[in-house]
Amino acid sequence: MKLRSAMGALTALGLVMTASAATADTLADVVGNGSVQCGVSQGLPGFSNKDDAGNWTGIDVDFCRGVAAAVFGDAQAVKFTPLSAKERFTALSSGEVDILSRNTTWTMTRDTQLGLNFAGVNYYDGQGMMVPNSLGVTAATELDGASICTNTGTTTELNITDFFRSNNMSFELVAFEKADEVVAAYDSGRCDVYTTDKSGIAAQRLKLADPDAHTILPETISKEPLGPVVRQGDDQWFNIVRWTLNCMINAEEMGVTSNNVSNMLNSDNPGIKRLLGTEGTFGENIGVSNGWCANIIEQVGNYGETYEANVGANTPLKLARDGSVNALWTQGGLMYAPPIR
Amino acid sequence: MAYHSGPDRDGSNDDGGLAALIYDPKARGLLFQTIMLLAVIGFFAWILDNTVSNLAAQNKKSGFGFLDESSGFQILTTLGTYLIESRPGVATYFDIFWIGVINTLAVAVVGIILATILGFVIGIFRLSSNIILRGFATVYIELLRNIPLLLQILFFYIVVLRILPGKREEGYTLFNGAFGLNIEGLFAPYPVVREGIGTVLLAFIGAIILAWIIAWLAKKRQEATGKQFPSFWVGVALIIAIPLVVFHSIGEPMNLEYPRFLNAGDELPNGRTASKLQAGYDIKLGGMVVVPEFLALLLALSLYTASFIAEIVRAGILAVPSGQTEASKALGMSNGHNLRLVVIPQALRVIIPPLTSQYLNLTKNSSLAVAIAYPDIVSVFAGTALNQVGQEIEMIFMMMMVYLVISLVTSAFMNWFNDRMRLVER
Ligand SMILES: N[C@@H](CCC(=O)N[C@@H](CS)C(=O)NCC(=O)O)C(=O)O
Repeated sequence: MKLRSAMGALTALGLVMTASAATADTLADVVGNGSVQCGVSQGLPGFSNKDDAGNWTGIDVDFCRGVAAAVFGDAQAVKFTPLSAKERFTALSSGEVDILSRNTTWTMTRDTQLGLNFAGVNYYDGQGMMVPNSLGVTAATELDGASICTNTGTTTELNITDFFRSNNMSFELVAFEKADEVVAAYDSGRCDVYTTDKSGIAAQRLKLADPDAHTILPETISKEPLGPVVRQGDDQWFNIVRWTLNCMINAEEMGVTSNNVSNMLNSDNPGIKRLLGTEGTFGENIGVSNGWCANIIEQVGNYGETYEANVGANTPLKLARDGSVNALWTQGGLMYAPPIR
Repeated sequence: MAYHSGPDRDGSNDDGGLAALIYDPKARGLLFQTIMLLAVIGFFAWILDNTVSNLAAQNKKSGFGFLDESSGFQILTTLGTYLIESRPGVATYFDIFWIGVINTLAVAVVGIILATILGFVIGIFRLSSNIILRGFATVYIELLRNIPLLLQILFFYIVVLRILPGKREEGYTLFNGAFGLNIEGLFAPYPVVREGIGTVLLAFIGAIILAWIIAWLAKKRQEATGKQFPSFWVGVALIIAIPLVVFHSIGEPMNLEYPRFLNAGDELPNGRTASKLQAGYDIKLGGMVVVPEFLALLLALSLYTASFIAEIVRAGILAVPSGQTEASKALGMSNGHNLRLVVIPQALRVIIPPLTSQYLNLTKNSSLAVAIAYPDIVSVFAGTALNQVGQEIEMIFMMMMVYLVISLVTSAFMNWFNDRMRLVER
């Protein structure tokens, strides 16, 4: 009896985390809380990062603001929880956050085995490597025997292992929980290589003592479609999150921006009317107001606007969009959203 | 109705019936215990049900089947990866679990030994009449005790990385290249054993038994005749000498593989020349490495815990009445003898119980390893592996069990030791 209750108590401790997600009516919980709980990174410029004034900024942050605009008509009704790569899925499964919008790669394991659902892709990325110029390396295949710094709990760890194994090269992997420690260790010479998503490298490189003394190798060794994630088992919430993304992409395609959205409300283009809710009940059908998408665009902007403001060619990250996979499909890229109809 | 302020022991309550039952302490106790029990069972049943339905709603797997699946990530070279299969694609998640356990144990055991030695020394310094030693000990304790451990770990790690020479330099070497230290870690000779090493091991065990017998005889003789015999030093000599003699006489069944340092352009075993990147120590060619992540974690954990142990030691020594020291001085004992034979044995009785909790603290604090990339159980199993498998409940449960078992074994050992050290009352 004593043993059994001790075991029970221990298991219970583990379970309490999951117990709070009992209702699976996330929208009601969010409305009850008065804000969307959004899981972000601990500081990745361009994606989710606190600015000097202490406000969260970035393309992943804007996405959560979009969801808040859809649900509350108020893009500020978001609480951000910084999460390390290692703890992010547990935080989402346990109900600590309602959305994970944290440069997270959509993989089959995560989508199926981990009990999560990816709502789409807001940045198509791939894994890259950065080396100090002094090493004299110009291609990833010259890296036999290298020591490599990266984050724990990422796809990065798996891809780099695959890459070295399939090229029959040996390496040492030094995996840290926090990105800042990875940068510090790499900067002090503990590792020859820093590896993560290419967008991440572009951002973390800015934190090095001398960014110009480092080169990003040309190879892209993986596909990293990054996107927002929710728990499985709550289709309504999944719909709201997924269509927030689709709203932002469709708005860009139709030329609706935060500046012209108030005029566009008078447009008689049927596509724009459905988008902005002046025709149909698309918003009500997913559990929010019909002006949901108009609110998102007005308060946050369309996809292209948040891209350019956070990671585009005119930001410190300098990730030019023209001609890249992140351009709209009409411009030869991969950004393509199903129609609102 | 007569209200009984006291318990109605004889049960002869004239009211009879239900009311009597409620005022009967025995029945009342039974009633409340039953309610309590039902509530507890209900609580656990609710949690269990909630969990099962939540997992089902999220389509999550459960059970321990994942332990047989193979993992796909590389782990930093550490004691665990020397002892357990760690090749990605071959190692299973169960292997990963054991690698984590071994790495946690490695840093905990070595850390406990270092912290104990250092803690005793600092604690004794703290009571020294020498003002410099006393001042040093005071500053040490106040500084380390009051800075959060995570900061100290990060500090030592960054300092270690900044001080050590780069990986393409031989760094600090010792004994003609047997040891080398640079940013990649401490490189040391790797012992390669051949047949016959068992004999040497037997000789070693034999020598320990012999030393123990000598010590026992010497004690008997001292009790009988009062004559002293340096049994400690004789024992040490025997334990070193006997295995050494055996080792040489059967043809040295072990040799040390030294670490190899490569310069760019040196020839590799496969006939090619080493590239600029391959320059540095190469443990595939010999030797072994203790990574700086381990060194920094060990340093931080033992220095931090030593500051607490020092205070425990000081308190323990102060708890021994000064009359004891005065008496031993009167008997003509030296300071060293007084400390070793009179004060410390008595102080230990006060020291051991709080010491145990410091040992447990050190072990649990080692879970901060993940901050500096040391692959302990939290980092590699409840971190990297958990992110691939996603079965939080099973994996966190296994991790908690590891800490529980380590803690229980430590406490059991320390309790046994405490019993042995207790004053034998006559
Ligand atoms: N996309 C990859 C990697 C994500 C990741 O954690 N990247 C690191 C390096 S760019 C990061 O976000 N660090 C910021 C932080 O830890 O807060 C994944 O989903 O596994």
